[in-house]
Amino acid sequence: MTATVTNTATQTAAPAFRAGTSDAEIEAAAAKAARKRKNMVMFWRLLILVVFLGGWEIASRAKWIDEFFFASPSTIMKRLYEWGTQGTDGVSLWYHLWVTMEESLIGFFVGSITGVLVGVALGRNKMASDVFSVYIKVINSVPRVVLAPIFIMLFGLGLASKVALSFVMVFFVVFSNAFQGVREADRALIANAQILGASKWQITRSVIVPSAMSWIFASLHVSFGFAIIGAIVGEFVGSRYGIGLLINVARGSFDAAGMYAAIVIIMVVALLAEYLMTLLEHRLAKWRPAPLQDN
Amino acid sequence: MKIMSAPHDPMTPAVEMINVSRRFVTPDGKSMTAIRNFNMTIGRGEFVAIVGPTGCGKSTTLNLVTGLAKPSSGEVRLFGQPINGIDPRIGFAFQTDALFPWRSVIDNVVAGPLFRGKPKAEAYERAREWLARVNLTGHESKFPHQLSGGMRKRVALAQTFINEPQVLLMDEPFSALDVQTRVLMHDELLKLWSEAKASVLFVTHDLEEAIALADRVYVLTAGPATVKSVYEIDIPRPRVASEIRFDQRFVDISHTIWNDLREEVMAGAARTEVAA
Ligand SMILES: Nc1ncnc2c1ncn2[C@@H]1O[C@H](COP(=O)(O)OP(=O)(O)O)[C@@H](O)[C@H]1O
Ligand SMILES: [Mg+2]
Repeated sequence: MTATVTNTATQTAAPAFRAGTSDAEIEAAAAKAARKRKNMVMFWRLLILVVFLGGWEIASRAKWIDEFFFASPSTIMKRLYEWGTQGTDGVSLWYHLWVTMEESLIGFFVGSITGVLVGVALGRNKMASDVFSVYIKVINSVPRVVLAPIFIMLFGLGLASKVALSFVMVFFVVFSNAFQGVREADRALIANAQILGASKWQITRSVIVPSAMSWIFASLHVSFGFAIIGAIVGEFVGSRYGIGLLINVARGSFDAAGMYAAIVIIMVVALLAEYLMTLLEHRLAKWRPAPLQDN
Repeated sequence: MKIMSAPHDPMTPAVEMINVSRRFVTPDGKSMTAIRNFNMTIGRGEFVAIVGPTGCGKSTTLNLVTGLAKPSSGEVRLFGQPINGIDPRIGFAFQTDALFPWRSVIDNVVAGPLFRGKPKAEAYERAREWLARVNLTGHESKFPHQLSGGMRKRVALAQTFINEPQVLLMDEPFSALDVQTRVLMHDELLKLWSEAKASVLFVTHDLEEAIALADRVYVLTAGPATVKSVYEIDIPRPRVASEIRFDQRFVDISHTIWNDLREEVMAGAARTEVAA
């Protein structure tokens, strides 16, 4: 008796379904809400930027702040334009930028590759990690910036000293994350691979490294920025070319706009690199569950 | 107590544990006995289940057979020979999810053959066959997180069975599943087992699961684990796990073994309460 009642109830329920709640409509509404949210975020971001730059410009023109120290967005833009079209002291801006990028990229790649290799090797070998960990702590406690003059003394004013500085900036971050990632690898997964027949090297390659990958990526995000810092600090202390040199020259001639212009260039480069890194990470991490959306 | 049989004699049992003990050194430096004077024999093609209260030493026992751990005393033999490292004839089904989350379903299943150096094309061919056998055709390129718990277990079974293990060790493999899915998995396992002719050592804390599946059930004491009693389960095969629990014979056997196991569960519970 009860069964029949429920049965008819469900049958009649379909037409009585409230209007406006079909799957297609829910999907459309969700898509619309998502678009609206995205636009909203974009709007606020732009607004804050405009207010900030506008406020700076106005404050500078109205002499609320001293243009000598703070410059203004328009003078910074002007300086960027001059650098881009005429260069500085006969050297094109693009060449300076290229020099800095070359130093940072080499430092970044060499630093992160050795960081991963050493991190994985020590993470896999308890004895070696116990022996070396104390030395790594000691070296890691040295502030990187004080290495700049030493490296310039050792490796000269050219590429090598900046790469070395970039390298030490990157290496320790990547190393410690890779090491930690290896240590956090799931024991059950390792045991499973072992019983399925994996050799020690196969385990490293197909269990340890993939499971440490999210740790490694987290460090790569920050470490490209660190690589640029290494290169620029090196250039700042002593070099013939590079964005760091531009900052140093601008400082020497009390050219505030020049210093800010150099900062803008670095910001653009760092943001671009961060964007590329995120793209790559998404491609590599497609096995991870996406956050659920509810409606 | 037992005459050692020649390694190549077809009558040699698949697994023998002879007076095995295993002690651990706890983090505070004390020695702790997990299993003691343990004796067990698993014949070729036999399905043996081990039941015992949680924490009594069941997983420790299994690990001794995998070769991942060594006994402190006594001997573990595989087809008459002492175990030395991980043996390729062994397969293991884990309690927790041990699929590689960054590999798709099919890449998880081919892992074993590829690790063992099989050609790629052949490995993928076989993996597809095994996925078909566990009814997962069409899910090859999904990632583990996109599957239900029951589907993940079936991938895990395919991953283990593709290596054609002669001895299959299972450590509470279905304990994380809901009851309905678990019973379906039992039938799945019985089907695969009857085709593969492997010897199975199945660890569980669920007595009904043990009786439904096994030829023999070992009841262990609350830690340190040793064999309390052994029961032959003479329910005829083929069995249908989803029906068997309504069988009078099954109910009787459950009663008998439960009376035996109950004391140990109580003792185990008392022990963990003291420890906590
Ligand atoms: N690696 C280890 N080190 C120290 N103690 C352990 C280790 N593995 C297991 N034990 C202890 O041995 C006992 C048996 O554990 P286990 O075999 O996992 O029990 P079960 O699988 O029956 O639940 C437990 O008391 C556990 O704490
Ligand atoms: Mg266990």
